[in-house]
Amino acid sequence: MIKLSGLSKKYNDNFVVKDASALFPKGVLTSIIGPNGAGKSTLLSMASRLTNSDAGEVVIADKPLNQWDNAALAKRLAVLRQSNNINMRFTVRELVAFGRFPHSQGRLSARDNEIIDKAMEHLDIQHIADRYLDQLSGGQRQMAFIAMVVAQDTDYIFLDEPLNNLDIKHSVEIMGAIQHLAHDHGKAVVVVIHDINFAASYSDRIIAMKRGQVIKSGDTVEVIDEAVLSDIYEIPFTIREVEGQRICMYYR
Amino acid sequence: MSIYIRLAAASVLLVLALASLLIGVIDLDIAALLNSESSSAHILLVSRIPRLLAICLAGAGLSIAGLIMQQIVQNRFAAPSTTGTIDCAMFGYIVALVALGDVDHWLQLLIIFGFAVAGTLLFVRFLQKLQFKNAVLVPLIGIMYGNVVSALTTFIAYKYDLVQTLSSWTVANFASVLKGNYEFLYLAVPASVLAYLYAARFSAASVGESFAKNIGLNYQRVVMVGVMLVAVLASSVVMIVGVIPFLGLIVPNLVSLFIGDNMRRNLPWTAYWGMVLVLACDIGGRLILFPFEVPISMIISIFGGLVFIGLILKDKSNA
Repeated sequence: MIKLSGLSKKYNDNFVVKDASALFPKGVLTSIIGPNGAGKSTLLSMASRLTNSDAGEVVIADKPLNQWDNAALAKRLAVLRQSNNINMRFTVRELVAFGRFPHSQGRLSARDNEIIDKAMEHLDIQHIADRYLDQLSGGQRQMAFIAMVVAQDTDYIFLDEPLNNLDIKHSVEIMGAIQHLAHDHGKAVVVVIHDINFAASYSDRIIAMKRGQVIKSGDTVEVIDEAVLSDIYEIPFTIREVEGQRICMYYR
Repeated sequence: MSIYIRLAAASVLLVLALASLLIGVIDLDIAALLNSESSSAHILLVSRIPRLLAICLAGAGLSIAGLIMQQIVQNRFAAPSTTGTIDCAMFGYIVALVALGDVDHWLQLLIIFGFAVAGTLLFVRFLQKLQFKNAVLVPLIGIMYGNVVSALTTFIAYKYDLVQTLSSWTVANFASVLKGNYEFLYLAVPASVLAYLYAARFSAASVGESFAKNIGLNYQRVVMVGVMLVAVLASSVVMIVGVIPFLGLIVPNLVSLFIGDNMRRNLPWTAYWGMVLVLACDIGGRLILFPFEVPISMIISIFGGLVFIGLILKDKSNA
């Protein structure tokens, strides 16, 4: 369990995130949604120790974040952001192997190699294991980065906009893979996501943010609600159930 | 990597090394070499073998320095000569000469090293603040920065009447290498071993700061270790041999084309091709105007400049 309480972040007197609290339990896929500039990525960065908070506390497995040793935490918590340099020529396998660094310090054991193979299988990318990242499509590359996080084999996984710029097929495959990590491997998975219908279809819990504040958080059915979403995005929402699945319509 | 490729690589290096030993104004008499009193043996031990070792150490050292630099600043066009490292080392050299004279070489090296670290760190921090989108801007600004520093160096050289000294080591030349004056280059050996031990960390840092932090690394410490290693490698070469332009830039790029950027895998090959390239250019420089020598920096400038332009044209981020 990861617990955020009263987290705030300021840039030049402007609050990017203000007094945000949230719970990320194990075995649950949590989505963070909200318009641009709502503070979703900043909240995720603070929860995953990539950014320091100005106020509030992050507690990871009953231990405050500032008491965690960075190297030890890397075995428990993995985070993937969008700002990766993709011009470096690593093979998919070499990239995924970085996920084992916290466990092996760069010397891969037979067991590490087994876990790397399994992670690539999980994302179904074994067939491109020896290709260089700069030869891949955006979707394949994202699959490789997520396989690396899977290989890291942590209890907590944070992904910042994993579906950015991906086609529908890769989006569905990635959401399926991370849902599997939460439900079948008991990991706490947290994703920042823009596509509201992907959030509605795959997440167990949703945190809705607007202007740095958490407006609503709870089970998916509580947040995927016409009144809540219309308020957050400031456009009218119509929600229908299709085969037991809530689908949002906001196109005109 | 198959055993045949390794064998072929080793024999190419051996042939070049042998050629380097045998080419010179004075013909070596192979039969006389067995007699340790002969002048051939003397030339071999005092001049030819030190020259060969200096070439190998400088070639491998500068290429590895370029490789580290490219990874820690996440830019293909970064190298000691495009990030101000070499110019700051030269600045340190002239400051050391003015302040201390030509006395204690260890102290001299320490001052050069200090300037190289400080100057490189300044540039690296600057890059971290700005986060350029365009890859070519990094070497462009680095070269401008280097020019400003080298203007300072020239100013001091004029003021203290050291212009001739300065021009003698801005042009790299292995002709002056003799037993007893090149041994600082051996610093490349421990520096390369350290770089190899740190290889996975440098490679992780090359993907990005948050990527490196995620796997538990102290990103700034990795960058700092990288800057120190680059500075050690570049300072010793600048002090003993002079400036070899482009080497740290082109060798890692050419190696990366074939075996990628995973440093643990490409570091030995980067060192190897650095040696081969410098050896080949040095042999070429000795043969073109025989019995005179063309300084290696000229030959490598022509070759390196062409490769650099090719790399910029090939870089997809500019298209």
